[in-house]
Amino acid sequence: MIGDYTYDQFFSILAMQGFAGLSLFSVFVLMALGLAIIFGQMGVINMAHGEFMILGAYTTWGVSLFVTSFAPALFPVYFFIAMALAFCASFTLGVLVEWSMIRHLYRRPLDTLLATWGLSLILQQLYRTVFGAREVGVTLPDWMMGSLPLTDIIEVPINGLFVMGLTTLIATSVFLLMFKSRWGKQVRAVTQNRVMAGAVGIDTKRVDRLTFGLGCGIAGVAGSAFTMIGSTGPTSGQLYIVDTFLVVVFGGAASLLGTIASAFAISQAQSTMEFFLSGSMAKVLTLLTVVGILMLRPQGLFTLKIRR
Amino acid sequence: MSLATSASKRPINKDLLAFAVIAALLLLVLPLTLDLFRLNLVGKYLTYAFVAVGLVLCWGLGGILSLGQGIFFGLGGYCMAMFLKLEASSPENTAIQSTPGIPDFMDWNQVTELPWWWVPFQSFPVAILAIIVVPTVFAYIIGAAMFKRRVGGVYFAIITQAIAAILTILIVGQQGYTGGINGMTDLRTLLGWDIRTDSAKFILYFVNAALLLGVILIALYVKGSKAGRLLIAMRDKEDRVRFSGYDVANFKIFVFCLAAAFSAIGGAMFALQVGFMSPSFVGIVPSIEMVIFCAVGGRLSIFGAVYGALLVNWAKTTFSESFPELWLFAMGGLFIAVVMAFPNGLAGIWKSYVEPIWARLRERPRPAPTTPVTAPPVPLPVASIAPIPSQAAAE
Amino acid sequence: MTDATGQGPFKLNRRKLLGAMATIPALGVLGTTRVFADTSTAAVNTSGLAVTDTDVTVGILHSVTGTMAISETGSVQAEILAIEQINAAGGVLGRQIKYIQEDGASDWPTFAEKAKKLLVQDKVASVMGCWTSASRKAVLPVFEQYNGMLYYPTFYEGLEESPNVIYTGQEATQQILAGIDWVVDTKGAKSFYLLGSDYIWPRTSNKIARKHIEMKGLKVVGEEYYPLEHTQFNSVINKIKLTKPDVIYAIVVGGSNVAFYKQLKAAGIDLTKEAPLLLTISVTEDEILGIGGENIVGAYAAMKYFQSIENDNNAAFVKAFKERWGDGIVIGDVTQAAYLGPWLWKAAVERAGSFDIDKVREASPGIELTTAPEGYVKVHDNHHLWSKLRIGHARTDGQYDVVYETADLMEPDPFPEGYQ
Repeated sequence: MIGDYTYDQFFSILAMQGFAGLSLFSVFVLMALGLAIIFGQMGVINMAHGEFMILGAYTTWGVSLFVTSFAPALFPVYFFIAMALAFCASFTLGVLVEWSMIRHLYRRPLDTLLATWGLSLILQQLYRTVFGAREVGVTLPDWMMGSLPLTDIIEVPINGLFVMGLTTLIATSVFLLMFKSRWGKQVRAVTQNRVMAGAVGIDTKRVDRLTFGLGCGIAGVAGSAFTMIGSTGPTSGQLYIVDTFLVVVFGGAASLLGTIASAFAISQAQSTMEFFLSGSMAKVLTLLTVVGILMLRPQGLFTLKIRR
Repeated sequence: MSLATSASKRPINKDLLAFAVIAALLLLVLPLTLDLFRLNLVGKYLTYAFVAVGLVLCWGLGGILSLGQGIFFGLGGYCMAMFLKLEASSPENTAIQSTPGIPDFMDWNQVTELPWWWVPFQSFPVAILAIIVVPTVFAYIIGAAMFKRRVGGVYFAIITQAIAAILTILIVGQQGYTGGINGMTDLRTLLGWDIRTDSAKFILYFVNAALLLGVILIALYVKGSKAGRLLIAMRDKEDRVRFSGYDVANFKIFVFCLAAAFSAIGGAMFALQVGFMSPSFVGIVPSIEMVIFCAVGGRLSIFGAVYGALLVNWAKTTFSESFPELWLFAMGGLFIAVVMAFPNGLAGIWKSYVEPIWARLRERPRPAPTTPVTAPPVPLPVASIAPIPSQAAAE
Repeated sequence: MTDATGQGPFKLNRRKLLGAMATIPALGVLGTTRVFADTSTAAVNTSGLAVTDTDVTVGILHSVTGTMAISETGSVQAEILAIEQINAAGGVLGRQIKYIQEDGASDWPTFAEKAKKLLVQDKVASVMGCWTSASRKAVLPVFEQYNGMLYYPTFYEGLEESPNVIYTGQEATQQILAGIDWVVDTKGAKSFYLLGSDYIWPRTSNKIARKHIEMKGLKVVGEEYYPLEHTQFNSVINKIKLTKPDVIYAIVVGGSNVAFYKQLKAAGIDLTKEAPLLLTISVTEDEILGIGGENIVGAYAAMKYFQSIENDNNAAFVKAFKERWGDGIVIGDVTQAAYLGPWLWKAAVERAGSFDIDKVREASPGIELTTAPEGYVKVHDNHHLWSKLRIGHARTDGQYDVVYETADLMEPDPFPEGYQ
């Protein structure tokens, strides 16, 4: 394969594939962060995570329609409004779901999986009924489209950069929130020992609810960002769910750092292999490797010692 | 095993009664009341019941939730379908192809000769053997790798899910050898016997029902045996069983393989009755649906699983005939309702609402099975809760 | 019928057009129906189909749930519209068409089950349905075993010719050969990059395309397949940039399309510059709704129908469609092909003077439809349609400008010699 290309081209390939990997990495991180918070901190498996994401995407679509018809002047910056609203929408739904369903199931992790799967079916059909079965297209402001040419072969997509920037921002905020804020301390306390946390006066129910809401809210922002690179339809959310779970599990469930490391490893592996193999085989090989490693090291890349 | 016989004498009788009821339903009531089209549909639903019964053993008793039972259903089905496809692709039937004598999808994908791993499937005994052996070995590999390293619960669920996803992509991607997303269609004869005729469908229904009854018997035996009790004990307090000197992993591997074998039989019967096999049974969605059949029937009840598979599928068919759009709402609602309100499904409802009435009607006080009869011969501190299937699965 | 809702200046005009559309095929077969003066149910239905003195039942079998609902919704709408128009114009052999709609749920075994239900239980006189090749392959044995009639609307890979199916879309050679000829002759293309979703239709189509390209002495510089519903195309876009083909020949389907075109645009490949030029056979106006016109503007599509085709039939069809299903709707190639199904069946029934499947099958070859929105179609002996190929140039508003159409109708050739 290398033989067909000049040295210069080969260098470009590496750079471009690296960049492709990086944008896949941001996608994974955006999806997985919310899931990791919920799964890692609360032990709840949220199979409807993809649907929370799509709620964010539909919110973005709604905002774009609203802005184009009522306030065209705002169009260049509407995306930021949309992301904020997407967060709010998914957060609200998340809190609602936690209140009505999840809190009754905290001691039955496998059952949360089934119940949220049911929820995902309902949400999918709800989207289909409300927004129609067809996909909707979200129009982006001009400044977000196009690319920056670096060399004559290497061009960097602006929306890719935007997603990466967003990912960094969100990941940093989550870290600050988790490790520097009072609330984060409470979350970690509840994770490590729920009963003790309750005994020292932490309102564990409130912490749970907000944690779940936050995870869903991040999914909403992810959905908003995904309108730039993917499709928005009633079933789009399902496309990401398995990959994302693998990222979280591979990283070590309770470790946010692990999630990021595993997202990086999986995305780079997949995009590198995609260049040399067919798309299908690259995906199979990546997943196989991940499953293989997980069989050898079930606790994932990073582990947090907690009392079970 | 004095405990098993003395304490569970009544449940076994009850099991016999339930078995008789289900046998009568499958072998007499349904064939007599349904027309052939509906009967064939029921036959199809029953193939999922194989999976559900397997799940009762491995999830309900063992606490191992596999979200990849579709893998085994699919493998079993594909083994059967490969044999049938080869038989349907005789050189005479495929004369218009550029390479006659190989399955049509191979021809479409420029495969010019039968791949080596297809060759054994020309023989019927090998194919039958493969239906059981291939999925079981596969399950053994997964199970050994995971349980020996004490992977369980949620992790196991997600990893099996990932394996289901991998297998689906692989089958779809290698379409020259597997038929891709179309699956293997147009299966016609089994050893020269046309499986598409009405009479064949009728006979296959009974073969299927008989096999299912056999599987139920095996499941009942396993459930009542020491292994079954150990499984329940493991589900509730794995460490204690381990400290008692048992190799927990081996029991788990065993029950997982057994469930896989059951699923594979279901898959093979599916291919026979429906006349094709497709990767849409291997993936994540069908695998989770199969878990739901089991959950609706009652994850602890073998008979419940069969009724669950029948009921959910029947509801799906009728519902989607009249209100296709509402079906997903109903299905989703069912998932949530079963998990939140009736964790033990239909069997649980039966146990907590119908049976007391029944007992009152017969004016016989219900013996309290919760009372430990004697000190258990096996040093199992948890054995006392074992015979109460109504004990919530909440850990 | 929708006539009641017609308003203002359009009313008269539309009625006239609709009326013309409805009556022309009826007139065309009037001669034949007169011969069979006896239209009592016993005479027109000797095989126990669901036909009464006043009505006849047909089936509609598409996915309205699951992933394929995105694509199949348009087909259902077109079929219902056609049935309603036929009923308003007097029905078939004096009988109103009733339809039973079943949901395939994007699941091939469900398609087979529902097809069997329609044929065995409901005894429908014909079925309009299926979309993916996989669903057609699943129902095919059912239709052959229980002798039903399926009108299948999607462009597909060919390699099939069933007495129980009328293929109202194009088979691969009709869609591919003329399209490649056009891009070579008018755009001077020399090298191609073939790209598709990983299943039989894209693979077979690309196989035919590759053979055709190589027979012309031109070069295929890459061929790549991605799983259905794949959403990351950066790697293949990089390969395209490196190999610098003249033409990207793309057969990506479903939701993947959205990701592919958005990422193509983001990677700095401006399709309007035509370097490389993009030719697709899988993106209809329906898909552009999701992709967004601004992301695909400048691409070329090779199909038999575009909503923007200018002729009276199409103007009436588009208007009727929008009035029935809403203004915001778009009509793609498959939707139009689905609309032909009920009309072709009606014509065949009236020609045969009977609803019996065998007689309808016998009467089908040679049926002409002068009222088809795409212009004029004719049923070939091999049950496919003679049709033209058109090249559309994507605009920002999600519609295509028709830049080329073949002078003659193209003969369907599902088993092309030399391309297998």
